[in-house]
Order: sequence, then structure tokens, then C-alpha cells
Amino acid sequence: MVLAADNVAQRAGLRVGMKLAQAQAMVPGVIARHAEPDADAEALDRLAGWALQRYSPLVATDAPDGLVIDITGAAHLHGGERRLLADLVERLAATGITARVAVADSHAAAHALARHAAKPTLVVPVGDDAQAVLPLPIVALRLPSEMVEALRGLGFFTIADLAHQPRAPLTKRFGALLIRQLDLAFGRAQAPIMPIRPPDLLEAEQRFLDPIGTPDALALHTGVLVEQLCPMLEARGLGARRLDLLFHRIDGAIEAIRIGTARPNRDITRLTRLLSDRIERIDPGLGIETMRLVAIIAEPLAQVQAASSLTAKATPDLSGLIDTLSNRLGPDRVYRMVPVASDVPERAQRRVAALSPATGESWPNWPRPSRLLARPEPIETLALLPDHPPASFVWRGVRRRVKRADGPERVFGEWWKRDAEMAAVRDYFRVEDEAGARFWIYRAGDGEDAETGSHGWFLHGLFG
Amino acid sequence: MRPHSAIEDLRARIARIERSTAHQAGVLPFGHAPMDDALPGGGLLLGALHEVVAAGEAAGDGAAAVLFTAGIAGRSVGKTLWCLARSDLFAPGLAQAGLDADRVIYVEAPDERALLACFEEGLRHGGLGTVVAEVTRMSMIASRRLQLAAESSGTLGIALRRWHRSAGPVDVSTPSAAVTRWRVSAKPSTALPVPGIGRARWQIELLRCRGGGSGVWEMEACDAEGRLAIPAELANRPAAEIARPRRATG
Repeated sequence: MVLAADNVAQRAGLRVGMKLAQAQAMVPGVIARHAEPDADAEALDRLAGWALQRYSPLVATDAPDGLVIDITGAAHLHGGERRLLADLVERLAATGITARVAVADSHAAAHALARHAAKPTLVVPVGDDAQAVLPLPIVALRLPSEMVEALRGLGFFTIADLAHQPRAPLTKRFGALLIRQLDLAFGRAQAPIMPIRPPDLLEAEQRFLDPIGTPDALALHTGVLVEQLCPMLEARGLGARRLDLLFHRIDGAIEAIRIGTARPNRDITRLTRLLSDRIERIDPGLGIETMRLVAIIAEPLAQVQAASSLTAKATPDLSGLIDTLSNRLGPDRVYRMVPVASDVPERAQRRVAALSPATGESWPNWPRPSRLLARPEPIETLALLPDHPPASFVWRGVRRRVKRADGPERVFGEWWKRDAEMAAVRDYFRVEDEAGARFWIYRAGDGEDAETGSHGWFLHGLFG
Repeated sequence: MRPHSAIEDLRARIARIERSTAHQAGVLPFGHAPMDDALPGGGLLLGALHEVVAAGEAAGDGAAAVLFTAGIAGRSVGKTLWCLARSDLFAPGLAQAGLDADRVIYVEAPDERALLACFEEGLRHGGLGTVVAEVTRMSMIASRRLQLAAESSGTLGIALRRWHRSAGPVDVSTPSAAVTRWRVSAKPSTALPVPGIGRARWQIELLRCRGGGSGVWEMEACDAEGRLAIPAELANRPAAEIARPRRATG
């Protein structure tokens, strides 16, 4: 029996569920391997562990071939749901795994859409679960195969067919399971997921006899957990790079906070503060019975001498501030700019992590504006001579007369980046209008050869 | 007791009350006597909030205010945190006004509320030299919070008031708890004897200053060390001639 077939095999017409003899008859010399369910399960666990470190505190395996990742409150750290998905698919593809992913409000809907929707990556807007699952086949409801057959026999093929049927007769005929699965798919009921717990991580745990729920109590116990965890880290010479704080609610659901630090850290006050910063996002429901703090990523932390002499001033440590801001806004919103050796202005700077070492480099001393428009804006000009700046121009509806100008500074296209830039040329001018405002404008093309550009004029930046 | 000394005594007491929690942070002089004289202590007070407003409708003025701010940040000691709402700042331009790329950390806030929160966070931290935030609106309460945050850590805070095309120019008459309010606008530069373009020229107005004066100066733009300069044709006569008479403001 064929349990799985790769792309090449599927193109040759092999399908999952065929008899092996039939497959061998269709494709002589087909390579067949015995199924190894245990090894598959182990690989899935490893993959789940990787997703746990990288994407979200709540990851569960969905045997035999799926992962459930709860990205609530974790997506913004990756630049939003779409970018998180793109990143996930790309990284999996790099290791040779073709993945189908879907984001939805409930686990069941995401499960159904990932396996049965046409698009391999799909983000369902909040609240649209019910609409999105309607066209899916009833197999997507995860029903026993005999029930699926029976439903098909009655003429139900898609979830939409079932959705508008009265519930009582359905329950009478097929039992409560069908209705339950429908409710799950429509997000009317929630089934908690069982997140994995890798065994070799450092963690601290607090159980409560009486469930707690007030923000003050949560903050207090967060502090207690950090105080428990930090000595464990210290004993191993480690500092936390990523911490998860999990709240097990009495109704079985789990809420989670994840924080990251720019450098390994085991400072009790700072970690407590980073965690407490986000406690208000936690919905305690009817109460929380267990809190767990897990060091998902820990790295060696060496002690550093603060100041080497009596007179030297210690350089202030900004990592605490950077951590606070990155956890609040997402790490790619806190950055430094470093020079890139490119004459094309929009490529002359590159973002790096805020705490990356100083480069000591600077840009060549050509005049550059303080504000660069995201996209050069076309301007209407009155130009007298091809090699001269325009005598006046209209930008955003205002005509400005050019009193003084300097240029041109010719910038060539970078043909090694794009073929279209092979002959492209921009001639930049600095111009000052009669009020003293200074602009950075350019003409696409060298003014003679049409191949170098359209000869249109653009405004690209503003000087002080 | 003579009435004069009683007033002096009262002033000293008020100053003590006002600064009781503040760091004795000192000042950052501009290096231009008429400007420094208009400021109490002879320069921009560190550990305080300052406002820089772009003047007029010409968008170029916004860029002048940016460079004026970059010049101040470049001359202060330590790193600068620059809180942005839109990322249209061009780092090579800032480097030319004296603010090296290695010294600036940018934070891009999704909305105005988050921006003010980042601003305050930066001011409270105390390890930074300057915190700049490009704000469009700043209520009295917000500015008071920011001022207190700056006082508690001794960090120089600059609220760079951007104007939006939808909201119109910044209203300079709105009250705020900032210690000074500056307005920077571009002025036509001196014609060079050859074709080309000289150093940019700004009109710098000190609109209000707690415990100090006010004034208008015409200066040449920041050089690569962030210093302003007196225009050549004015250098040979007293700069006080173009300054408005000083007035006391509250």
C-alpha cells in the first residue's frame, strides 16, 4: 500500500492509497521504502521543537503529519501573520519540506483549511472562519471514514451542505460527534491544544490551590518564577535569550507570553519587568491554576567587568531599553542604519540590529538630504538646457522658482542588481527656491540618449 | 529686608523646589553667544524637554528642523534614540549634520500613542544622550510626563513637531511643559560668486523659554560637527542688531 508519494511519483500518476503492486506495474523500477511511523513521529517532534523555539510558545504536534502553532500574540514579533507564514514556508522549503499552512481563529478551521483549501498558504481574516470553511469537503471535518461515506450517500458533499441542516435530525442519525466537529470548524466551540514540552529546558513552575486571576497576583507570581529560574540559569552559566511564561487556565486553555532579549540575560528585575509589561494581554478566564516559566533559548553568559579604572566612565548599557522596545513593537522596528557601498541613494543605507557593533564607517561626503521620499515623486519642470537644472518646477501643486542650483551628480544604475539598470542614469541637482527651501531633484536619463531613462524629472529628497 | 532680595530669595527657593528631583545635568551650549545668552545657564538645559517646530508650509522647512535637531543631538554626549512615525529619514543626511550613523538607534512606532510611550521610555532610561521624537500632536499632560521623565534621568529630550498635510502646520501657541520652543525655517542663502549653492541658511527663532528670553537669529546651517555659524556678511556687525528685544516669558 502506498502511504506517501513525492512530487515525481505523483506526476507519474501514483496516488496515496494505491496497492504497491499496482504502483510497481504503473512505474517499473519505482523506489519503495517501508513506512517508519516511529521515525516519522520523532521527526515531527523535532520539527515541533524547532517551531517552539522560533515562532510561538504554544506548539503541538498533530499526528501524523501536522503541527499546530498558536500564534496569538506572537505574530507581531515576526512582522505580522503573513510574514510569519512566508518565513515559515521558506524555512521549511529550505530543508526540503513542502508545507501547507493556514491561519484561522480556531484550531479546527485552520486544520481543515491547511489540508483542503486550494491555496497552499492562507490567512483567514479574524471572524471569517465560518465563511472560509463552507466550500470545503466534509472530509475536512475529521470524521470517521464510514460516517463520511454515509453522509456522501445522503448527498452531503461540502460543509456548506451540512451547515444549513437542522441539528436535531443530524444528531439523531450520526451522533453528537458530527455536530461537535461542525461547531469546532465554525469556531463555536474550542478544543484546547496540548503543547509539547521538550524535556531538557530549564523551567520553573507555580501551582495554585485556589486559581488566581487578578493582574496583581499574576505580576507577583511572575516575579517569584523569575527568582526561581535565574539561579538555575546562573548555576549553568547561562542567560536567557527567549522566555515563555505559560498560564494554564482551569478550563484547559493555555495563555502565553513570549519575550526575547538582545543579549543573554539573567537579571531578575529586568526579566520581571519585560514579562510584567505584557501581563495585561492575558485573559485569565475563570482563573489560572498553574504558571510555568520556560527558558526556551538560553546562551552562555560571561560576567563582564563594568569599568576598568576609577576614572573611566562606564558606557551605559542600552540592552534593557532595546529589549523593552523590541518586545513591545517587534524587533525589526528597533534598528540602526549602516552605510552600504552604493551610489543609488535608496540603497545607501541598511538596517541592522540596534546593538550590533559600531562599524565606524560613514558615507562619502556628497551632499545628501535629511529626508528621502519613499518613492521619487514626478515633478513638472521648465528646463532651459539639457545639462542645466530646471528654471522652475511644480511639486505637490506648488510652483517653485529655482534661484540657485548645483549639479549634476550623475548616478549610474547597478547593472549587477537588475538588467533594467544596465544603461540607467540619474542626474541629481541640488536646488534652492526663492524661500530658501532646498530640494534634491533628478532627471532620469542623461538628457540625450533615450535608453538611459525617460528624461522625466523627479523630486527625491529634502535638505535643511 | 529689601524687596529685591526677597524676590531673589523666592526665586532661589522656587528653583530648588523645581529641581529637587532633577539631576544637575548642566547645559549644552550652541557656541554662539547671543543664542546662549538668551538661555538660562548659557545653553540648552540637559535633563529637559525641548520642542523644535518646522515653520511655514514649505516642506523644506521640516528638513531644516530635522538637521537643526540632528546638530544638537550630534553635539550631546552618548547615543541618540530617534522615535519615528514614518521612516523617511535619510541617515547620510544626518551624518552630515554631525550625527554619526553609529550613534543613532531608530524606533519606528506604529501610532502616535506608541511613539510617545517610546519617547518616555527612552527619556527614563538614562543611558542615552538625546531622545528625539517626531510627534505631530502633544497634549499638555503628555509633555508634562515627558518633561518629568527627562528631569529624572538627565537626558536631553527633543520633540520634533512635524506637520501633516491633513492637519496643517503646527500651532505654535498651544501650551506645553517643554522648557524651550524653537522654530526653524529656511532662508535664501548668500549667492556665491560662481554658479552653485552655498551653505544653507536658517532663521532660528526661540519662541519661548522658561526663565529665559526669546530671540530670532539668522544662522548658517549645521556643519559636520553639528555647529551653527554666523553668516559672513553679519559676522562683522553686532548680532544683537537682528535679535528682537528680549522679553520675559513665563
